[in-house]
Amino acid sequence: MAAPAAQNKLIRWIDHRLPVFTFINHELQEYPTPRNLSYWWNFGSLAGIALVLMIATGIFLAMNYTPNADLAFGSVERIMRDVNYGWLLRYMHQNGASFFFIVVYIHIFRGLYYGSYKAPRELLWMLGVVIMLLMMATAFMGYVLPWGQMSFWGATVITSLFGAIPLVGDWVTHLLWGGFAVDNPTLNRFFALHYLLPFILVAVVMLHLIALHQHGSNNPLGIDKKGPQDSIPFHPYYTVKDLFGLAVFLLFYCAVVFFAPNMFGEPDNYIPANPLATPPEIVPEWYFLPFYAILRSTPDILFISAKLAGVMAMGASILLLFVLPWLDTSPVRSGKFRPVFRIFFWLLVIDCLVLGYIGGQPVNNMTLTIGRTAEVWYFLHFLVILPVLGKFERPLPLPTSIAQAVLKGGAPPATSRAPMEKP
Amino acid sequence: MKLRLVLGAAMLALGAVALPLLLLPAAHAQDEGAGGPPPPDPLLDAKFSFRGPFGTLDKAAAQRGLQIYKEVCSNCHGLYEMSYRNIAALGFTEDQVKAFAAEYQVDDFNDKGEPVKRKALPSDRFVRPFANEAAAREAMNGAYPPDLALIAKSRKGGPDYVYSLMQGYADPPASMKMGDGLNYNKFFPGRQIAMPQPLTDGAVTFTDGSPNTLADEAKDVATFLEWAAEPEADERKQLGTWVILFLIPLTGLLYALKVSVWSKLH
Repeated sequence: MAAPAAQNKLIRWIDHRLPVFTFINHELQEYPTPRNLSYWWNFGSLAGIALVLMIATGIFLAMNYTPNADLAFGSVERIMRDVNYGWLLRYMHQNGASFFFIVVYIHIFRGLYYGSYKAPRELLWMLGVVIMLLMMATAFMGYVLPWGQMSFWGATVITSLFGAIPLVGDWVTHLLWGGFAVDNPTLNRFFALHYLLPFILVAVVMLHLIALHQHGSNNPLGIDKKGPQDSIPFHPYYTVKDLFGLAVFLLFYCAVVFFAPNMFGEPDNYIPANPLATPPEIVPEWYFLPFYAILRSTPDILFISAKLAGVMAMGASILLLFVLPWLDTSPVRSGKFRPVFRIFFWLLVIDCLVLGYIGGQPVNNMTLTIGRTAEVWYFLHFLVILPVLGKFERPLPLPTSIAQAVLKGGAPPATSRAPMEKP
Repeated sequence: MKLRLVLGAAMLALGAVALPLLLLPAAHAQDEGAGGPPPPDPLLDAKFSFRGPFGTLDKAAAQRGLQIYKEVCSNCHGLYEMSYRNIAALGFTEDQVKAFAAEYQVDDFNDKGEPVKRKALPSDRFVRPFANEAAAREAMNGAYPPDLALIAKSRKGGPDYVYSLMQGYADPPASMKMGDGLNYNKFFPGRQIAMPQPLTDGAVTFTDGSPNTLADEAKDVATFLEWAAEPEADERKQLGTWVILFLIPLTGLLYALKVSVWSKLH
């Protein structure tokens, strides 16, 4: 499709000097997109919308929030009670974080199932991992800001982890704290960083999108587009589909914001921070629980203390995602054509859910055993199963093109095609 | 080929399960020690009017709860996140709010800058029973009565917890050794609570003549404290209902639009 000549003279004048209209037309309207994307592909745009929602509500919250250890808790209560619709802003922001993670986790597992990390999309995937890391840092610091009991003790536990790093551990911890314990300087720097990181996040999301638009979306078949018959323009087909997905998302989101706004939260965080009283159980937010389980389940390994080993294992569980494109040796992208991989994929999903559950339970021999098993399985999946599977698995025959698999006309002989077509 | 894969997978799974078992002796964890107090009893269900997506606050009950707070709780517990003006939301008139506030004395400065006591205004925060935490602990046998403004949000079970706790006092079982000055309460974690039983049958005579058994009082004060913790709840649910009623047809329309746009493709 050729770029349509703009009707309006002013638009033509601007576009000749600053090609914003050409850009929008190219990247949002005619941008060729595989015609067979399923609803699992909605979660990328939903994540972008969630980010905008978080920034918008966050800016208004920051106008009313006081980052001071003596005043922070009270200022959040003032937002809840005295600021017009402050409760709505805060509940949208607080639950927005949870929904952002739900959406992003689904987005990640979609990428895992359909091999979206494989060539030529390795950098796209790696930028995605950077986005997840930035999200985690931002969410963690945001949770500290209300300065409740879980804010304070969560911050204490997590920042203390850096103390496990050999040689520089104490220095790093004191740098994070701005002193010798979690206190007012910690709150101040966390607030500053909590405001800064989302904008860095936006920049990395831009890079993520540039990398995406270079080769276009992967698709449920995992095969490349072979011609114009395989793709459709992004607008109106995927704009309308994403809008419908957004409405469904908002239904779930608003149901929680308006009717169960504290369902993801810990009651303890409505108690003001008290450095002298440790809560009976310190639990991070639900989206950190799988990683927290890995941290707590790791034992002493040889000469490495359990604390350092736990920190290393937790770090490794995320960092290994950076090299995932090279760990998975199978040339076939989509799990749809990898019968054995598919089994292991769902085992990994279950494994992560188990880790999440264990992360929220008190430590005893039972939870420790289950947690350790799940942890070992997590690493086994990425470090052993994926590399080996690619060598031995016999994938199902791939369709010759997207259009052929999706459109009813022009199908090749039924014998070879039968097992891979969706009913 | 397939058999080999399945066998390999089974071996891997076995290995993954066996490995942590080998490592287990290094674990620092202990099982829950026996001999501690049993966990608290399951909470009573007060069947509050504000439960559920369409439940609303029983304002009359909350007003009675305010009376209980004033006559009983406020001797030891603050309501620091709240101001006297807030109680207008329970259906009090402006004059009633002023009169309620005027019963309290607050610290202020006069025109010459000298510290004075004056009658509280609706804009003042609820007066705290103690000057600070140390003063409270000194007066309370070492215990610090928590602020009540958020108590219904900061305890598992929320208002049901408050309702149950008020009714959980009993004589301790003979086997249990009680700490000095502590009271047995079957709904409190650890079953030993510093607070002596605050409410009994007839402890408060309500101005509206409502029944005042312990269960009635417990329900009223829990209703009041739920409102204190989430004063926006009714407005929130009402707005939420409109939002959902708006989103359902919007979602339907967008789905119809999606189907119609995509129908041109196939």
